[in-house]
Amino acid sequence: MTAGGATAAGPDRPAAGPRGEDPGSSAAAAAAPPPALRLAGISKNFGGVDALVDVDFEVSPGEIHCLAGENGSGKSTLIKIVSGVYQPNPGGVIEFGGQRYEGLTPGMARRLGVQVIWQDLSLFPHLGVAENIAFEQNLGLLPRPSRRSAMRRTAREMLGRLGFELDLDQPVRTLSIANRQVVAICRALVAEASIVFMDEPTASLTQSETGSLLEVVRRLSAAGIAVVFVSHRLVELIEIAKRITVLRDSRRVGVFEAGTITHHRLAELMTGRAIDTTVHARDRSGEDAVLEVRGLRREGEYEDISCAVHRGEILGMTGLLGAGRTELALTLFGMTRPDAGEVRLDGARLALRSNRDAIDAGIAYVSEDRLTLGLVQAQSIADNVVVTVLERLRRLRWFIDSDAKARAVGDWVRHLAIRVGTPEDPVTTLSGGNQQRVVLAKWLATTPRVLILDSPTVGVDVGARAAIFEIVRDLAERGMAILLISDEVPEVYHNADRILHMRGGRIAGEYRPDETSLDTLEEVIYD
Amino acid sequence: MSGPESSGRNAAGTGAAAPRGLNLAALLRTGRGEYVGLGFLLVAVLVLFGWTTPRFLSLATFQSIAFQMPELGILTLAMLIPILSGGLNLAVTFSANICGLAAAWILQSLGGPDAGVVAFALALAGALALGTFIGWTMGIIVAYVGAHPILVSLAYMIFLRGVGEFLTRGGDISGFPEFVGDIGHGTALGIPIPFLIFAGCAAWWHVLLGRAPLGFSIYMVGSNIEATRYSGVDTRRTLTLIYTLSGLMCAVAGVVMLTRFNSVRVGHGEAYLLITVLACFLGGVDPFGGFGRTASVVLALVILQVISSGLNLLGANQHLATALWGSFLVVVMVARFIVLRIRAGPNRDS
Repeated sequence: MTAGGATAAGPDRPAAGPRGEDPGSSAAAAAAPPPALRLAGISKNFGGVDALVDVDFEVSPGEIHCLAGENGSGKSTLIKIVSGVYQPNPGGVIEFGGQRYEGLTPGMARRLGVQVIWQDLSLFPHLGVAENIAFEQNLGLLPRPSRRSAMRRTAREMLGRLGFELDLDQPVRTLSIANRQVVAICRALVAEASIVFMDEPTASLTQSETGSLLEVVRRLSAAGIAVVFVSHRLVELIEIAKRITVLRDSRRVGVFEAGTITHHRLAELMTGRAIDTTVHARDRSGEDAVLEVRGLRREGEYEDISCAVHRGEILGMTGLLGAGRTELALTLFGMTRPDAGEVRLDGARLALRSNRDAIDAGIAYVSEDRLTLGLVQAQSIADNVVVTVLERLRRLRWFIDSDAKARAVGDWVRHLAIRVGTPEDPVTTLSGGNQQRVVLAKWLATTPRVLILDSPTVGVDVGARAAIFEIVRDLAERGMAILLISDEVPEVYHNADRILHMRGGRIAGEYRPDETSLDTLEEVIYD
Repeated sequence: MSGPESSGRNAAGTGAAAPRGLNLAALLRTGRGEYVGLGFLLVAVLVLFGWTTPRFLSLATFQSIAFQMPELGILTLAMLIPILSGGLNLAVTFSANICGLAAAWILQSLGGPDAGVVAFALALAGALALGTFIGWTMGIIVAYVGAHPILVSLAYMIFLRGVGEFLTRGGDISGFPEFVGDIGHGTALGIPIPFLIFAGCAAWWHVLLGRAPLGFSIYMVGSNIEATRYSGVDTRRTLTLIYTLSGLMCAVAGVVMLTRFNSVRVGHGEAYLLITVLACFLGGVDPFGGFGRTASVVLALVILQVISSGLNLLGANQHLATALWGSFLVVVMVARFIVLRIRAGPNRDS
């Protein structure tokens, strides 16, 4: 789609002309109030690294704005400059309500109404809802009794403004992520925010929770508070925002009217390259079934699951959170025992007692939780690659053959094009996309027949996602059977050969991407 | 607080500063940075005592250090692998006592002062078997019940201490053949035999941790046991083996103590318990598990023993040595913190 917004920016640089600057404001330009926040020509470098180069940014009072960009594009640096944590390089302009400020400090930024809600929310997990919302009433130099009734009144009022009701005494750690977010927003309200930045607010929310968050944001907007979503996820951005500012490689690509730009175009702008959206489905049903599941059931998790993954096939499995997808995957990987039914690999019945049995049989599982289950983050890239195949690296029975290990690691780093300093660096030094390649490497090292991918692109940039799926498709091409589990429907749609829809622990339907449209599929799943 | 993007930027390696920081961090992880720091400390301590105490730099001093170090040293090795796996074994000293007691009981049943070499071999085997058994049961509980190692080993410590004091009524068990004392006080090629035993054990640990699949698994388990389990490592077996080997090492320490003191008493070496933890941390072992090398822990042990012997020669009170050990750990911790801050560079604020 060649919308006005897309033409505004040109390929790389922010457009110089006024047409590209702000395509949406022309109508109300004459009487418009000064922007709540305006940045012009902001640059910031750390040593030799440019974090921001000549970035402009503008939000009107009450506007819902998206700041989109991949990890490392400069979003966080921008927030930290606005909130007074970092000083921009000389020459940059920061204006609040039309008035220019120099030497912004965190305290000044707060008084000007800047509030940042970081992804981790920064709440006190053991304190109650009211204490978290109104905790600033307890600050100050002089000791004084904390006034519980006043705190509760404040908390109730703020929750009321958002149309929420929470138990004021409930410890925050027992709240859902979505409700914690509400608490964090209330706290911003207490601080009399006029601009709220929300860092990856929807990253850990379900679809319906996201819906209610958007509702809260609309209320803030109606109250004249500007809200800036900062995210690298695309889907939810477009629905609600008025305008979208896209950053890439520390520069501003452009500002776009939200209604005029497609997901697809936005992804291209963020990554700087065309995203492949062709449907890759092929018919593999003629091939032998590698993994076969018959009537599998596990109490309270899933039931009556029958399906097969064929040689060279990518079988997609999607559905809402809690549909039993991960639970099924854990059984296939030998981590849990089914109550009924059977699993067959190459026609032979499997009786897995542990995931080691599954690995030895040729089943590999890429966990949805790369941070705590997929990789031992603190340890080296090399150790993470070989942890699954220690037995194959034995020498003289008791020892690890360090040459064989180095060879294996070197091969995989090259083969999957993992960008590493040295293989001895801890995994934490890698970007999400490269970490996921390490996960793939450690499982491919086991030479699996079946590869189960559980949400393989969580926390991976748009550009890196495409690269991961290129690898996956290549593996399928070579005959590996792949089970692709994801709640990102487009991801499954574009990459799988067949799609199973799971709902409430059962398979609710089967679809073929080449026979179904994405919209139809999303409608069925989110219905 | 560093934002979620700062790591991404470093990972991309676009900055000139980032790769340098990573390499230094890598140096620290491999333990070589630790060797340099501790080696420097050792030299500093040696120079200090050599300068202040004329008799310090002599063969006799080093022999006495080599005689005194093994008990603490072997117990520290017993503590090391549980700490590396993210746990702790608070029962090391009393496990050693009980194993020594078993050896003493076997020796006495087979003739006491007149017992022969075969009897001693049996006593040794019995002690090692008991230590292994104690460690194995502890490992089973940690691995399969999932109780925290601190609780499990604390319970074991109290249990073993009670059993030992009940059996000995708080007294000494002595009356061993003469050659037993010769092992504890003898030398081979001028090197004290207990030190040779310690060196052998340390070499074993070094190879085990650095080269063997079990050692690999210990580090992995110490960093993230669940991710390790998901990778197909039998983490329960790993945990069981960790405490089994720890118990075996305690038995070695118990027998060495028996030969050194020519007697067994429950409570011998009790004060070593927390010193073993201190030695591990001084040697750069991560208190949360996952990182640490045998060689740097041995280096830390040498430093502690040099300080103790040096002060002894100076005529200082032995309790002062303990105080100095503690303050030493504080200084080293602060130094490490500063070094890490410098390495992190100006890029990461706060």
